[in-house]
Amino acid sequence: MFQTLLRQVGGYRRASLLTPLFTAAEVVTDVLIPYVTAMLIDRGILAGDAQRIYEYGALMLGLAFLSLTFGILAGRSAATAATGFAANLRSAMYRNIQRFAFSDIDKYSTGGLVTRMTTDVNNLQNAYQQILRVTVRAPFRLVLSVIMCLVIDARLSLIFLVAIAVLGLSLYHIISRVARLFARVFEQYDALNHSVQENVAAIRVVKAFVREGYEAEKFSRAAEGLYRLYVRAESLMALNHPVMNLVVYGCIIALSWWGAHFIVGGTLTTGELTSLFTYVMSILQALMMLSMIFVMLTQSAASGRRVAEIIDERPDIVNPADAVTRVADGSVEFRNVRFDYESVAATAVRQQAGISRRSALYKVSFRIDSGQTVGILGGTGSGKSTLVSLVSRLYDVSEGAVLVGGRDVREYDLAALRNAVAVVLQSNTLFTGTVLDNLRWGNPQATLGECRRACRLACADEFVEQLPDGYNTRVEQGGANLSGGQRQRLCIARALLKQPRVLVLDDSTSACDTATDARIQRAFREELPGVTKLIIAQRISTVQHCDRILVLSGGAVTGYDTHERLLADNALYREIYELQHADLGDFDAPQKGGQA
Amino acid sequence: MRQPSFGPRGERAQAGFQRANAAQRAVIWRMARLVLRDYKFSILTVLLCILVTSVTTLASTLFTRTLIDDYIVPLTQAAQPEYASLAQALFRLGLVLILGVVCSYAYNRLMINVSQGTQLRLRKQLFARMEQLPLSYFDARSHGDVMSVYTNDVDSLRQMISTSIAQVFNSVITIAVTFASMVVLSVPLTLVSVLMAVVMMVTTTLLGRRSRIHFRAQQESLGRVNGFIEEMMTGQKVVKVFCREAEAVREFEAINDRLRDSAAQANRIANIVMPINGNLSNLGYVLIAVVGAALALSGTAWAAGGTALSLGTLVSFLTLNKSFTQPITHVSQQINSVLNASVGAERVFALMDAEAEPDEGSVELTDPKGDVDFTGVDFSYTPGKQILFGIDINTSPGQKIAFVGGTGAGKTTIINLITRFYDVQRGHILYDGVPITQISKRSLRRSMSIVPQETHLFTATVLDNIRYGRLDATDEECVQAAQLVGAHDFILRLSEGYQTMLSGDGGNLSQGERQLLAIARAAVADPPVLILDEATSSVDTRTEQLVQRGMDSLMRGRTTFVIAHRLSTVRNADQIIVLQRGRIVEHGTHEELLALRGEYYKLAATGSGSIG
Repeated sequence: MFQTLLRQVGGYRRASLLTPLFTAAEVVTDVLIPYVTAMLIDRGILAGDAQRIYEYGALMLGLAFLSLTFGILAGRSAATAATGFAANLRSAMYRNIQRFAFSDIDKYSTGGLVTRMTTDVNNLQNAYQQILRVTVRAPFRLVLSVIMCLVIDARLSLIFLVAIAVLGLSLYHIISRVARLFARVFEQYDALNHSVQENVAAIRVVKAFVREGYEAEKFSRAAEGLYRLYVRAESLMALNHPVMNLVVYGCIIALSWWGAHFIVGGTLTTGELTSLFTYVMSILQALMMLSMIFVMLTQSAASGRRVAEIIDERPDIVNPADAVTRVADGSVEFRNVRFDYESVAATAVRQQAGISRRSALYKVSFRIDSGQTVGILGGTGSGKSTLVSLVSRLYDVSEGAVLVGGRDVREYDLAALRNAVAVVLQSNTLFTGTVLDNLRWGNPQATLGECRRACRLACADEFVEQLPDGYNTRVEQGGANLSGGQRQRLCIARALLKQPRVLVLDDSTSACDTATDARIQRAFREELPGVTKLIIAQRISTVQHCDRILVLSGGAVTGYDTHERLLADNALYREIYELQHADLGDFDAPQKGGQA
Repeated sequence: MRQPSFGPRGERAQAGFQRANAAQRAVIWRMARLVLRDYKFSILTVLLCILVTSVTTLASTLFTRTLIDDYIVPLTQAAQPEYASLAQALFRLGLVLILGVVCSYAYNRLMINVSQGTQLRLRKQLFARMEQLPLSYFDARSHGDVMSVYTNDVDSLRQMISTSIAQVFNSVITIAVTFASMVVLSVPLTLVSVLMAVVMMVTTTLLGRRSRIHFRAQQESLGRVNGFIEEMMTGQKVVKVFCREAEAVREFEAINDRLRDSAAQANRIANIVMPINGNLSNLGYVLIAVVGAALALSGTAWAAGGTALSLGTLVSFLTLNKSFTQPITHVSQQINSVLNASVGAERVFALMDAEAEPDEGSVELTDPKGDVDFTGVDFSYTPGKQILFGIDINTSPGQKIAFVGGTGAGKTTIINLITRFYDVQRGHILYDGVPITQISKRSLRRSMSIVPQETHLFTATVLDNIRYGRLDATDEECVQAAQLVGAHDFILRLSEGYQTMLSGDGGNLSQGERQLLAIARAAVADPPVLILDEATSSVDTRTEQLVQRGMDSLMRGRTTFVIAHRLSTVRNADQIIVLQRGRIVEHGTHEELLALRGEYYKLAATGSGSIG
């Protein structure tokens, strides 16, 4: 993990190295100042030598000026290094995420990726800056102060050594226990937040069942448990201070006692004794800083791990060597395909949770000729979306092969394949920008005329032209200012602009009313005869005019034929047909505008 | 960081003095009142302890003078050094210092109780208040916003109480006590000290002003980067499908570089505050040494109240000067972090002040029949956008009422009104003849069960999720409910059966299975009124059938309001209400409505459902 993160220092290595150097120089000058003060007192004041006072005063000012210069330089380079490091981290994560396959995205979840790129990177930036500045400062200051004490009076320095040993041991004990306690605090804290989140999401259920009091009580119990644990951890941590103070005061008393003896004995000067007092403080401050660094490192370690995980993730799908860049035609073939979503590790976790699950697809074989339209029908979880996502190699098969244009999809250049196979995903997204910007995702060079035609085919032209600025209307994030059906139609138009050989619609007209749906299907039939079309639908009416219909059940193909023949032979198809026919369809036709 | 932090905060407070605006002052006052209400005694003790600690710290600083002037100097001059009195003095000093340590631990320990206790109370209050808020509150905000009040804001509040407030007290008291003793020691040297402190404050303020400009720029770039990341991560799969990876990287790099530059600027300025202040303090040290030495050597009685400046005094003064300037640099940072935390506190208080659902009704339904009537109900979620117009519905207990109509017709809204999630603007709704506003919400909602379209389950066992419908239901009753609605079979197939833990909103179950659990939950409540929102097309026809059967067995003998998407649901309803743009356009049984040859007929006959 550290290597991965350190590699991201990249172009900021110089600034990262300069910071500790400048800091070290700053500390040296800082530490020398009390020493000069001692001489100022002894040789200037006690000797009654005004000249010496000015000389040492000037020396001190010179040192202070140096310390200031180095301090500013260190501060500036630390800022450059830390912010640069953070920018590199974000960039490295973002670039790698762009290489992620769908399975990788599923693994981390959108929210997870966002947190890692924002909060976690921010933590690391702060930690890095602190490490650069403090990690050198504290130990260096400690060592130098001890050396200065030795220089002034080796006998009295023994006091410090004893003090440091006592302090180090007790701090170590306190902190290691505190760290363990805090690990538990974090766990409970997460659990508490989880329960709040659950309540926010399910507030309707809570209210409908009048469980406000029950939930509040449940929450109170959890919060009180956290409170007790937290107080314990913090109280233990608060011991740091008295221990440190006791040690400092012990030092001061010991120094006063022995120091007085030595001064009387003539082996120590008053000035030296006062500088020793200053160094005691300095040493203890350094120790404080060290204990804080320790705490900070344990805190940011979690963030570091999470960030490194993303940077190091090897995408599940990569471009093959000697990739084929041309897709010959729109034929699609599945040969004995099996597919499992889960990695081996995930399977273990699931089995532990006690939920058994079969392969998402099993022994799937079929062939579609170029230009044919195929409907795909089946229940929830029957594997429809999975099946179509294999066509553009959004996932790799676990067994068997998928062929497009007569070649295994794994032989193609990914971009070439995905440009030839346009997929309108079930969970589709529009991006901030104008309608036209969004359409041009399909083809950056598309002219307004081409965009209009695509919209017409997708039945999107009718509402786009009524928008205040037509094709230049701004789409809000996620397409929030459009209705579900409008979004779906724009997404279809966007895919059409790719001029694909294969078009995959994953339940892409579900929010459109039946009439619009029918018009879209007709436009496809009449105006895109050469394009192979795979259409997933819930409604039989959507697919009944297709060349063939593929019926999926539990990940296996139970039928692949025309509407009429399936009606005659396929029990499942007939059942769905009768259910829908008996119901005469459904009522949930969207009305334009407004929401319930 | 979403975790509670201890030790130094990762975030850097902005440099320089900020001035509190009226809102911040109000928040801080309210915070203070909140803390004082429960912890008056603790806070008093804390203040006292801080005072004692500061004085003892000062005593240790001033001891240098006593040591040199009263003991070392006489001792060096004595022929026969006598250390007994020094030993006694050191012993007394030791006692004073131990008192200081005890007080310091005491106030730190007390502050933990105060801050954690206040946090606990805030959390409980927040949660209890949140549970009482009307749904409109949640409609208007994203879950993330509400969550962040519990995590970031409450935590920054705790931070504010635990560290900042105690530190500000500590700094202020230290400054005051130190200043007093400096004045006693030497007025001219105090003047030098104060001069340096003023210089430090001025530079800090100037730097702070500059850094704030850059911090603001940084916040803006940060917001842009975070927004971009959020949008692109949400649409990442689309990026892949359209091979837009290179483009996405290019756009990101541009704003990422901008953020880096503004962040570097802001941090550079913030980072130099510390060395500047530190060395101004060194400068002060030299100035005092030089001036003090000059005073001591010249032996002028001018120095301190008529007596010449002693060597010991000078040495003590040098140390005092450090204790004087250090808290001055700290206090500005501490005040800033209090002000920054006050933003979080403001959000916490805003949530606590949000108006609870009105619940003025006092009628308790003892034996609810489930007779619900609407008369002339008008309703709008937001003023000016009326959703329902003059709705009249009459039901008798045990009837099944189906609502039919397109999205936006007002079906869900009507249901929201029955449960009184929202209040009508005109007209009224009666339950067993009593206006629902006069019935206590508790009693009203207990008399009805809802199966929403979107299922929410809780982190608990399957059994406990079912029991959520009625907390005192026995295990047997829960199993019976599951059997009644047809959920029993799939539950048994889970590894631990009814004891299987569900997590993440039942994420390890299928959509249909989750819905069956929601139906079982409603069944165990066994209320006279049932409200069902049928699932839409996202569930396939066969699962739908299973769920349908569950719902059917649940409906028997209860007044049922159902938002129907399937004709089979509607056909045997006692009343079908056809809604169009918030108005009831047709009303009757399946046969009556078919005979009308109106909207319903169009829907049923064509199956196209295009009623817009």
